Amino acid sequence: MIEQSVLEEVLGVAMRTGGEFAEVFAEDRRNASAVLDDGRVEELTSGRDRGAGIRVVVGETTGFAHTADLSEAGLIAAAQAAAAAARGGGGGTNVVALHRGTSSRGYDIETFPGDVPKARKVELLTRADEAARSVGDAISQVSVSYGDNRRRILVANSDGVFVEDDTVRTFFAVSCVATGDTGMQTGRESVGHTVGFELFDMYDIDQLARNAADRAITKLAARPAPSGQMPVVIGSGGGGVLFHEACGHGLEADLVSKGASVFRGRVGQQVASKGVTVVDDGTMEREWGNIAIDDEGNPAQRNVLIEDGILTDYMWDHLRARKEGRRSSGNGRRQSYQNLPMVRMTNTYLLAGEEDPESIIASTPKGVYVKHLGGGQVNTATGDFVFGMTEAYLIEDGKVTEPLREGNLIGNGPEVLQRIDALGNDFAMGPPGTCGKDGQGVPVGDGVPTLRVSSLTIGGTAA
Amino acid sequence: MSDELLAIADRVVAMAKPGEQVEAVVVRGTETEIRVFSGDVESLSSAQSQGVGIRVVVDGRQGFAYAGSLDESAIAETLADARDNVSFATFDEFAGLAEPDGMAVSVLDLHRDALVSFETSDKIAMAIELERVVMAADPRISGIESAEYADSSSEAAIATSTGIRTVGSETSCFLATYAMAADGDETQTGFGFSVGREPSDLNPSRAALEAATRATRMLGAVQPPSGRLTVVLDPWVTAQFLGILGYTLDGESVLKGRSLFAERLGESVGSSLLTLIDDPTDVRSFTATDADGEGLAARRNVLIQNGVLQQFVHNAYSARRAGTVSTGNAVRGFKSTPSVGCLSVSLVPGASDPAALIAGIDDGVLVQEVSGLHSGVNPVSGDFSTGAEGLRIRNGELAEPVREFTIASTLQKMLRDVQAVGNDLEFLPMNASGVSLVVADLTVSGS
Repeated sequence: MIEQSVLEEVLGVAMRTGGEFAEVFAEDRRNASAVLDDGRVEELTSGRDRGAGIRVVVGETTGFAHTADLSEAGLIAAAQAAAAAARGGGGGTNVVALHRGTSSRGYDIETFPGDVPKARKVELLTRADEAARSVGDAISQVSVSYGDNRRRILVANSDGVFVEDDTVRTFFAVSCVATGDTGMQTGRESVGHTVGFELFDMYDIDQLARNAADRAITKLAARPAPSGQMPVVIGSGGGGVLFHEACGHGLEADLVSKGASVFRGRVGQQVASKGVTVVDDGTMEREWGNIAIDDEGNPAQRNVLIEDGILTDYMWDHLRARKEGRRSSGNGRRQSYQNLPMVRMTNTYLLAGEEDPESIIASTPKGVYVKHLGGGQVNTATGDFVFGMTEAYLIEDGKVTEPLREGNLIGNGPEVLQRIDALGNDFAMGPPGTCGKDGQGVPVGDGVPTLRVSSLTIGGTAA
Repeated sequence: MSDELLAIADRVVAMAKPGEQVEAVVVRGTETEIRVFSGDVESLSSAQSQGVGIRVVVDGRQGFAYAGSLDESAIAETLADARDNVSFATFDEFAGLAEPDGMAVSVLDLHRDALVSFETSDKIAMAIELERVVMAADPRISGIESAEYADSSSEAAIATSTGIRTVGSETSCFLATYAMAADGDETQTGFGFSVGREPSDLNPSRAALEAATRATRMLGAVQPPSGRLTVVLDPWVTAQFLGILGYTLDGESVLKGRSLFAERLGESVGSSLLTLIDDPTDVRSFTATDADGEGLAARRNVLIQNGVLQQFVHNAYSARRAGTVSTGNAVRGFKSTPSVGCLSVSLVPGASDPAALIAGIDDGVLVQEVSGLHSGVNPVSGDFSTGAEGLRIRNGELAEPVREFTIASTLQKMLRDVQAVGNDLEFLPMNASGVSLVVADLTVSGS
């Protein structure tokens, strides 16, 4: 994307006013998307974003500037702006010599979506629309979306790191509205992987569409969710977002270092029930949160955060790790070249236990079974978090019975982790997610086996 | 400056072939974001961005492409991509660009040179002052999660082969902070902010003290028992609620069978105390604008008057399909085609101040923060359930802090259950403004 000699020159300029660390992050991203709604293919969109973000660190201060101009002059102007922002003492001269490194993700993209005729992408939309509508007359509206992107990045920094990567992601989602005597309900299914067009060899699109339609229709008969506390069983693959919110964000070192996490100072302590092991793993092949390198040039890693209930480590980016005199854990990510990197999750999941999932439900006299979770949100300083249920049922006398309307569940991270009292043997990854933090969205994955939390507050309206 | 953008848009439009409608949206902006921590700059980002979005419509089919660049070659590639995308869209007799509707775009006072000329060092000083006042506000303040100053100056031009040519420029800035208060092992947080068009509009002390007060008053919070209570939503929470309500009133949701209120025009849908307006021409609003995303004049629309549903909002496409005219509610960035949405929604304030509203409640909760609006509220079904924190109200006075509970109802029922609208209109860094709102009979789910 940019010549090595130009990068060395630009980094030298960035360091000239006394910078202690400088970095060039360049990105060339192509997006394609297609949307079908209301029975019509509304539009195909193509987009290209290309540019570089340059940061300079002096002491505790980071200066950052970005530009869409990748010429030497454009990059030098951005480097000067970033250096000025970091207000270095000046007078420094710094020669940067880059050492080209490699990135590898252990598998190849089979079919680049850019090589697939647009007509084939459109055909997937209409097929899913027909499949969803065929489920029943109650399906009153269907929206289908397809998206792919190819993101080429380059990271070069004053430590000599020089590495490039090329990532392809493909995504597909179906959303249905069902209408009945009780009003309208919605059902959604989505799949996304860090793969090319072979995504559609991995999934049966018709089945995906029928599942989304079934979910909406099922909820037409749903009763209001209960209110108050009761046991909650989370379905396999349906709800890793629970851990993303309950402990994931709280283990991000940037929040920990500001005292904005309930998990601060708790490494080595029992923070979850025995048997609970939580991992963040950027190397998980083909998963939505897969990365070969993070957006600071560090190789992706598999990081064990909680092992058998004991907090083992936080997640780290370059800046926070440098301050602590340790290595980054490969969790420095950013939405685009226009943003500074932060500590972010990749694929966050809970390892399987040994129980039969059926018996977990059978041993729950009264509670809620959440088959699919929606999004969530956490206040890392207090640990309070919520997550939505998009498909849930009552458990009565050890059996899954009536469907429930949507709502949030609320709990406190450290308390909920201690209340996990059953872990199934049926681990699965969930649907693709976008994690938002400080206004930046990045693709993340999550996964859980069937599990039970002995008590959570259900935010419904029924007594 | 905007003339230069309009010239680029004009050049794209001039490339329209016979039988082709072409629209170009060209934007350019400068942003600064300064975060401070422990009296020093933590990060200072300065950004210049630009981009073009091109929409092409031929014989009822639409294609779109964008690029984050204004290079001639990028623009040419984008136009070619948009044209190529046209052939894959389904024929739609209503597809087409907006056309001039006779309403002149009035130039609002949205751009202030004072912001453009404000020195970086002064921006840093303002952010440091924000943090300083938070830290000094109360001995229980243990730190800040964030304290930031941010501003932007942007300009946009829209031109179409149907005769629209609009330019606009605007500036905005805000201060925002999350304060932390601690007592032993317990930490609580509170948010404060201040928004404006230029730095002199900002009030660091007010933002800081608001954050400190919100954090410290939550110390000792307990989970409340479950039950049905009257809830006071503070302006910040009400604004988020109105943002969701806006979705149910957009013409596209109505046409596509996703609106709760599709068949309810002219009917009473809520308390007679409710008058909901969308007014992007109110320059005090953070999202005020001269023109909508298709270049039509922005305008004040009354959506609900004294509880009666008056109209939905439309862009050119949804209006054409609904047999009406655009209400100037096309919403977009340069990376997407126009959707329909409220631009700056608010309730007409009532007569009572917040203290008087609280004085009238025997047993209730003041909600100062909600979470999970995206995961527990479904604007299609109307189900409403969010995490919440705030203060208990007993015998007309604020009592103990409460947290880790949810409030739940349905959007339909909440509109009917509105008991009072406050007089404390607040402009927020979002597309809705807030007032205190009293809603009866919400289900509080706690212990």
